[in-house]
Amino acid sequence: MDLNNLDSLQFFYPEIVLTGVILFLILVDLVVVDKRWVGYFAFAGCLLSLWATLRLYVAPEGWLFHRMIVLDNFSLFFKVVSLVAALSVMWISFSSREVRSVHQGEYYTILLTSALGMFFMASSTNLLMAYLSLELVSLTSYILTGFLPRNRRSSEAALKYLIYGGVASGTMIYGMSWVFGMTGSLDYARINEVLAPGGMNHLTLFIAFLFILAGFGYKIVFVPFHMWSPDVYQGAPTPITAFLSVGSNAAGVAILIRFFFPAVSRLGDEGNWLFLTGVEWPHFLLYVSMVTMTVGNLCALNQQNVKRLLAYSGIAHAGYILMGLVVLNNEGLKAMLLYIIVYLIMNLGAFLVVVIVANATGREDIEGYRGLARRGAAIPAVCMAIFLFSLTGLPPLAGFVGKFFLFAAAIREEFYYLAVVAIINSVISLYYYARVVKTMFLDEPSPADQQVLMTPKDSALLGVLSSLTVVFGLYWGPLVHYTNESLRFFMK
Amino acid sequence: MTIGLAHYLVVGAVLFGLGLFTVLTRRNAISILMGVELILNSANINYVAFSHYSAGNVEGQIYAIFVIMLAAAEAAVGLAIVLAIFQIFHTIDVGAAETLKE
Repeated sequence: MDLNNLDSLQFFYPEIVLTGVILFLILVDLVVVDKRWVGYFAFAGCLLSLWATLRLYVAPEGWLFHRMIVLDNFSLFFKVVSLVAALSVMWISFSSREVRSVHQGEYYTILLTSALGMFFMASSTNLLMAYLSLELVSLTSYILTGFLPRNRRSSEAALKYLIYGGVASGTMIYGMSWVFGMTGSLDYARINEVLAPGGMNHLTLFIAFLFILAGFGYKIVFVPFHMWSPDVYQGAPTPITAFLSVGSNAAGVAILIRFFFPAVSRLGDEGNWLFLTGVEWPHFLLYVSMVTMTVGNLCALNQQNVKRLLAYSGIAHAGYILMGLVVLNNEGLKAMLLYIIVYLIMNLGAFLVVVIVANATGREDIEGYRGLARRGAAIPAVCMAIFLFSLTGLPPLAGFVGKFFLFAAAIREEFYYLAVVAIINSVISLYYYARVVKTMFLDEPSPADQQVLMTPKDSALLGVLSSLTVVFGLYWGPLVHYTNESLRFFMK
Repeated sequence: MTIGLAHYLVVGAVLFGLGLFTVLTRRNAISILMGVELILNSANINYVAFSHYSAGNVEGQIYAIFVIMLAAAEAAVGLAIVLAIFQIFHTIDVGAAETLKE
C-alpha cells in the first residue's frame, strides 16, 4: 500500500488528534482561569489519541504520504509507548510541586508536541522525516529541560543539552548527506535497493553510518554520546527527566532499528538479518554496548543525587538494550521491545517516588531518603525497592524477564563475552541500587527529616506501576505475545 | 579548471571540520551556537551538490531548505536559553555555568 496525501489521512488519526489537542490547548490556556484544566484536557486528548492508535491495529500496513512515513505494527508499538509515557508523565506532573508553578499551558503543549515528534520518529521511512522528527523531539526537550524559570540548574542543563544535541544532529545530517550522495535517494526502500548489490566504497559508507549513529546515539544515550545525560537529568524538572529517560530513549531505539534493519539490512531466513554492505556496524555496536553498560554502572557507584544515579543507570540500561541489536536477528529485536516496555514501567515508577519525596522534602540526594520507611512513607519505600530491584534484574520482577530474554538472545548467537560482561554489570548495579534501599529502610531518620505524605493521585499510579512490575515478573506471556506481534516491518 | 562535485564536497568537509573545531574550542555560548550552524551548513552544501551532480533530483535541495528552517528554529530556542543563562550567571561563558557536578 503506497498512499497519496489525501488517502493517507484516514490512517493518520492519532497524529491528527494530537495536533488538534495541541492547538486546542493553546486556546484553552487563554480562556480558562483555573490552569489545572489545561493539564486535564491534555490528558484527555492523549487518551483519545491512544484510542485512535489502538484502532489502527486492524488497518492494512503501508506507506503514507508518498512513502514519508509508514504504518505497521512496529510504529504502532512505539506510538503506544510514547503515549503511555506522556500520560504517566502528565499524571506525575499534576501533583509535582516543581512543575505546578510554571506556565501550565506552554508546559503541556510542548510535552504533547514532544510526544507527537516521537510518533514520527517511530514511523519515518525517509531520511528527511527522520531528521525532522528527531529535531522536533530535541527542540521540545531543550525547552522542557530549561522550563524552570530563574533556576540555575535547569537553565544550565538546557544549555548543555542544546549544545550536545545541536552537534549530534548536525553530525547526523552530515552522515545522511553522504548516504544520499551514494544512493541518490532519501527513501529507505530505495536506499535498500541501491545498496543491495554492494559495490559501494565500504569505508565511506562506514564513516557515514558512524556519523548517523552519533545522532541516534545521543537520543538513546550510549557512550561516547552520553555526556549530556547526567547533567540534563539532574537539572531538568523531575517529570521531564522521567519523560526523557523513557520516551525519547524509546523513540531513539525506534529510529535506530528502523534505519539499520529495514533500510540497510536484508531479512534472511528464520528471522536472521544480513547487513547488506560489508560494513561491520554490528561488530562495532558490540563494543559500544559493552562499554556503555560498564561506564554507566561504574559512574553510578558514587552518585549522591538520586536523579543523577538514575541517569547513569539509564546509560547502563541503554547498553543492555543495544545487546538485542548486536545479535542481528528477530529474537534480539523482540527482546529489545520487551525490555523497552519493562524499562518504561520500572523507571517511571522510580521517578514517581523521586517526585513524591521531592514534593514533601524538596530533596533529591540520597541523604534525603534516610529512614524513609519510618517517616510515614512505608508504601513508597517498598515500591521504590521493588523498582530498584527490578532495574537490577532480580527475579521475580519484570526487570528479570526483560534481561533474561536479552541475555538469552546473546547466548543463543554465541556472544558469550557480551553476556558475561552484561551479567557482571548487573551484579555491579546491585551495589548502588541496594545502597538506596538500605538508606530507606535501615538508616535512622534524623529528627529534622520531614514526614513524607502521598496524594491519592500519586498512590494510584504508584500502585499500578508497582503491581505491573510484579505481575509481569510472574506472568510475562501477554507481554511476549504483544512484542512478537509488534515486530512487523512494512518494507515493500 | 571546471568546478565539479569534489570541490563542493571538500568545501563541505572543511566547513564541517571548522564547525566541530569551533564547538570544541570556544567558551562563549554564542560562538558555540555559530559552530553548530557551520556544521549544519556543511551538510547543506553536500546535499545541494549531490542533488545537482549525482542524484538527478531535487530531494537534496528540499532537504537543504528544511535544514535552514530548522537551524532558525534551533537558533531561536538556543538564544532564549543563552539569554536565561545570562540573566542568572551574568555571563555566557560555558565554563562559568558549572553548578551541576558529580
